[in-house]
Amino acid sequence: MEDNQSPSTVGRQSSTKEKAIVCKNLTKQFGDFKAVNNISFDVDQGEIFGFLGANGAGKTTAMRILCGLSYPTSGEAMVAGFDVYRQQEKIKKNIGYMSQKFSLYDNLTVLENIEFYGGIYGVQGAEIKTRSNDLVSTLGLEKEAKKLVGELPLGWKQKLAFSVAIFHRPKIVFLDEPTGGVDPVTRRQFWDMIYEAAANGITVFVTTHYMDEAEYCNRISVMVDGCVNAMDTPANLKKQFNAHSMDEVFYELARSAKRTGD
Amino acid sequence: MKQLLAFVRKEFYHVFRDRKTLLILFGMPVVQIILFGFALNSEVKNIGITILDNAHDVQSEQIIAKINSSPYFKVRQPALNYKDIEHRFKEGGIKCALLFPVNFGSALYKTGGAQVQIIADASDPNTATTLTNYLTAIIGNYQQELNPAAKPAYQIIPEVRMLYNEEQNGSLNFIPGVIALIFMIVSTALTSVAVVREKELGTMEILLVSPFRPIMVLIAKAVPYLVLSLINFIIILLLSVYLLDVQIKGSIILIFAESILFIITCLSLGLLISNITTSQQTAMLVSMMGMMLPTMLLTGFMFPLENMPKVFQIISYILPSKYYYSIIKSVMLKGLGFSYVWKETLVLAGMAAGLLTLALKNFKIRLS
Repeated sequence: MEDNQSPSTVGRQSSTKEKAIVCKNLTKQFGDFKAVNNISFDVDQGEIFGFLGANGAGKTTAMRILCGLSYPTSGEAMVAGFDVYRQQEKIKKNIGYMSQKFSLYDNLTVLENIEFYGGIYGVQGAEIKTRSNDLVSTLGLEKEAKKLVGELPLGWKQKLAFSVAIFHRPKIVFLDEPTGGVDPVTRRQFWDMIYEAAANGITVFVTTHYMDEAEYCNRISVMVDGCVNAMDTPANLKKQFNAHSMDEVFYELARSAKRTGD
Repeated sequence: MKQLLAFVRKEFYHVFRDRKTLLILFGMPVVQIILFGFALNSEVKNIGITILDNAHDVQSEQIIAKINSSPYFKVRQPALNYKDIEHRFKEGGIKCALLFPVNFGSALYKTGGAQVQIIADASDPNTATTLTNYLTAIIGNYQQELNPAAKPAYQIIPEVRMLYNEEQNGSLNFIPGVIALIFMIVSTALTSVAVVREKELGTMEILLVSPFRPIMVLIAKAVPYLVLSLINFIIILLLSVYLLDVQIKGSIILIFAESILFIITCLSLGLLISNITTSQQTAMLVSMMGMMLPTMLLTGFMFPLENMPKVFQIISYILPSKYYYSIIKSVMLKGLGFSYVWKETLVLAGMAAGLLTLALKNFKIRLS
């Protein structure tokens, strides 16, 4: 799939080859309202990139564009080497997605959920079998494999949802507030899984409201009123804002926001 | 194709694991058939009548005996007086009353004419009319027996034939209506709820981010309900034939083909509803109020359309179920072929195509 570049993007390829996501002057406008205002950033392959911002800052809109769910008004963006205007279908094949809402089916068993998602991503039947067996044993869910997902505790559901999101081995996985409502221990375990995925070369693009989680990211960007107002490693950001914690950095930045959360 | 299969299988899991859906799916047709077939009978039978016989002579007794032997009436305790009759009407045990005057028999023989009074509870005018007709017929019948020799010089005897339903099986009329109703519920309501449920749960987002084509999501949602509707259809046909003695006179293949066409129309409606609603309750409500009620009231299977105000008659023309009802009635009950129903079929096919295009076009590929 990587060599399926359309002619117009070939020229850019050399500069973007090792980049998982490239955004340049990306803007999304609804009427007079610029939900995303001229943002630019790059994400390296295998990087864990934190995408922060208060509610209403435009995170979700930006993420939708990158996931191929919506077209930008202007600007450029490449995801996994594919253009967000013309190659949405190819982008979709190469990304995984997990939303803040719990995304598995409660009245399907663990295995059936895995089979379903594997199925719609076009993973072959035999491959689904071996991979799901591996997955179930890594998660320690052997006993629960044939139980309905609805009967599992929330923490396990979230971990399972993440595993399902990367089941088809995407290049990039988008996580939209993945740890909402989960206890700290499970959150920690969840992040262990994220690190493992990143170690396997999967780029992780994550939004979160938990500032301790922001510290786990390689790099973070903070969106305020549709613009990216800061972007660096957590350590550098703290230095730059002369703050002790990411909390303070975030507060410093978000305080200037004019938009109210939705 | 494999992706679609995985999706359809998932839909079947949903249906078979949800007791409520199963109940609506398979419990309802059976209940409806039994309800309409046995309970909601518009036939007049075993109606309570009381008789105030002030005459107590041979003639009045003979008439009472005749009423007693009729299947339409059940003679209750005789009334004591006029006031008692009113009391009994208020109690509700009787729907009509027959009064003989004191000198009924003697008047009949001496003056050649006697009177009886019939009182009927006209709070239900249709039944009241039927009852008085029956009573008048019984009395007229007795009158003829009294003077067998005196035939009128000229006599017209109407010979009535009840075409397409000689035995006057009351089930015949409503079966096509119930079929249409059930398709509306299964195909329209359940499909719209199935799509909206994914929106509510947030799984729709995941599906749209996946490479699975959005239009295929709709197809995958519709296929299981098409299959289930057909299974339902077979159940209803079997019940009608073996339980309610309905004869299927026309081509069974034509009936199936027309039904599939109607199911597709209903599915498209369901998908369209799912496009414009965001919660399962709203979807259910719109399907029920917008589709089922008009189907029940305006297709003519419960109330004759011809009597309705013009507005309702015009509205009925935009209801797919009206055409389906008329097709099934013609084919199943009258045994007519395709050449008699092609017009309705064409309208239905047009509606199906229109609704389907609208549903597919409106499906929001990109979540707003």
